Amino acid sequence: MQPENSFSVSIKADRLSFGSNLLFENIDFTLAEKEWTCLLGPSGIGKTTLLRIVADLVPNVQNVMATCSDKKPLTGRTAYMAQQDLLLPWLSVLDNVLLGFKLRSEIADTSEAIKLLRLVGLFHNVSDLPATLSGGMRQRVALARTLMENRPVVLMDEPFSNLDAISRVRMQNMAADLLKDRTVLLITHDPMEALRLGDRIYVLSGRPVKFTPPIRLAGTRPRSLEDPNLHIEQANLLTQLTSAHEVDLK
Amino acid sequence: MKILRPLIISLVIIAIWQIIILVTKVPPYILPSPFLVAKALYANAESIVSHATITLVEIIMGLAIGTILGSVSALTLSYFRPTRQWLMPILVISQAIPVFALAPLLVLWLGYGMISKVAMAVLIIYFPVTAAFFDGLRNTNPGYLDLAHTMNASKKSILSYIRIPEALPVFASGLRVATAVAPIGAIVGEWVGSSEGLGFLMLHANGRMQIDVMFAALFTLAIITIILYYTVNAGLRHLLYWSPEIQSNKLKET
Repeated sequence: MQPENSFSVSIKADRLSFGSNLLFENIDFTLAEKEWTCLLGPSGIGKTTLLRIVADLVPNVQNVMATCSDKKPLTGRTAYMAQQDLLLPWLSVLDNVLLGFKLRSEIADTSEAIKLLRLVGLFHNVSDLPATLSGGMRQRVALARTLMENRPVVLMDEPFSNLDAISRVRMQNMAADLLKDRTVLLITHDPMEALRLGDRIYVLSGRPVKFTPPIRLAGTRPRSLEDPNLHIEQANLLTQLTSAHEVDLK
Repeated sequence: MKILRPLIISLVIIAIWQIIILVTKVPPYILPSPFLVAKALYANAESIVSHATITLVEIIMGLAIGTILGSVSALTLSYFRPTRQWLMPILVISQAIPVFALAPLLVLWLGYGMISKVAMAVLIIYFPVTAAFFDGLRNTNPGYLDLAHTMNASKKSILSYIRIPEALPVFASGLRVATAVAPIGAIVGEWVGSSEGLGFLMLHANGRMQIDVMFAALFTLAIITIILYYTVNAGLRHLLYWSPEIQSNKLKET
């Protein structure tokens, strides 16, 4: 199942404040069609706020412009995956995957949901309650729920950061595979994650954050953990981010 | 062990009761012995049962009506934001007046029959139910709301699929409190003015120095309250099969 159309999104704003804190200046980045765009930066820098604005979750923000290449509004065409799995504890795994349909009072395609649960390896847990699953399994249900929404743009807010290292790599591989033809915005504080999954990486540092042109990466996602270039690049990014942070502390 | 425990607790209480009587030598018209109470219970079984039925109906009706009113109020407060400024002060003021002080008025207005007692019980449980449910409805996980918004959910479907289910555990605590205090409302109502019910029976027996009958009525009321509480609790646990508390208990049992 593929969303019928895809498009690129360009996000621009002169400045963005949260309360009295100026978070960003000259926001300018593009979610290229069917590419993964990563915003990489330390915690507390305002990444989540930015993503929530793109997802139209913050009321009364007028100055941030999200323009789609097909001239239609972005609202209603995004799926959202957060750091918490946000599974409703009173619904079974299957009903959680079908949540969007229930909320919109639409007729749900149960067989499609079961197919997606099979893809994420949870075919045997269809009727289980979320509380009985491990953290990795729960995040896979969240991935199936995101896929079920079948939106052209997927917004992900550090969706793998609560997982242990092994589950995280597995989830990255699975998400890269299942979302390979979507336009994705991934927020992360993990340079390796950005390098494995991103086509473009915007490095966010300083206060307020100024946007600089992105790092572009070639090759298919997910990039191999054994690639030595990835590790060199990871070291570079970490150095860049830590030194920016030290300036900030002064 | 689970069935034995309440039995052992009851036996211990009865033993202590008997020991107090043996040691202090209080006359039976101050504190009758467990045996005398049992005898009174047996001798007056028929009238106790009929009075208890009246009180039980009052309690259950009070609980049902109070819960419905409380839930509707909480939902209104949560769904229509502007109502909060108007209804919250009224709610708080209503709590500033001691409900017991209203009992004579209620009897005056609603008569000596059941209705004034049901109204008492409703007044007593209305606030805990409303307050608990409204608190639950207000404290929805913001992440769920974010998710629902990206799914283009309407306010109404967010309420019925997310806010209400998430508020149920807190609502359940309110309902447990309500179940425990509802009998107080019914009994106070009966004390103020009635010709039937356990409260009436107690006053009546007290006036005639039938302290053993009074204790028998008290004992019956306690049994009713306990059974009611455990029934409501079991129902709520069944409804909240998914809550973390019950899930972790299940793990311990297996």
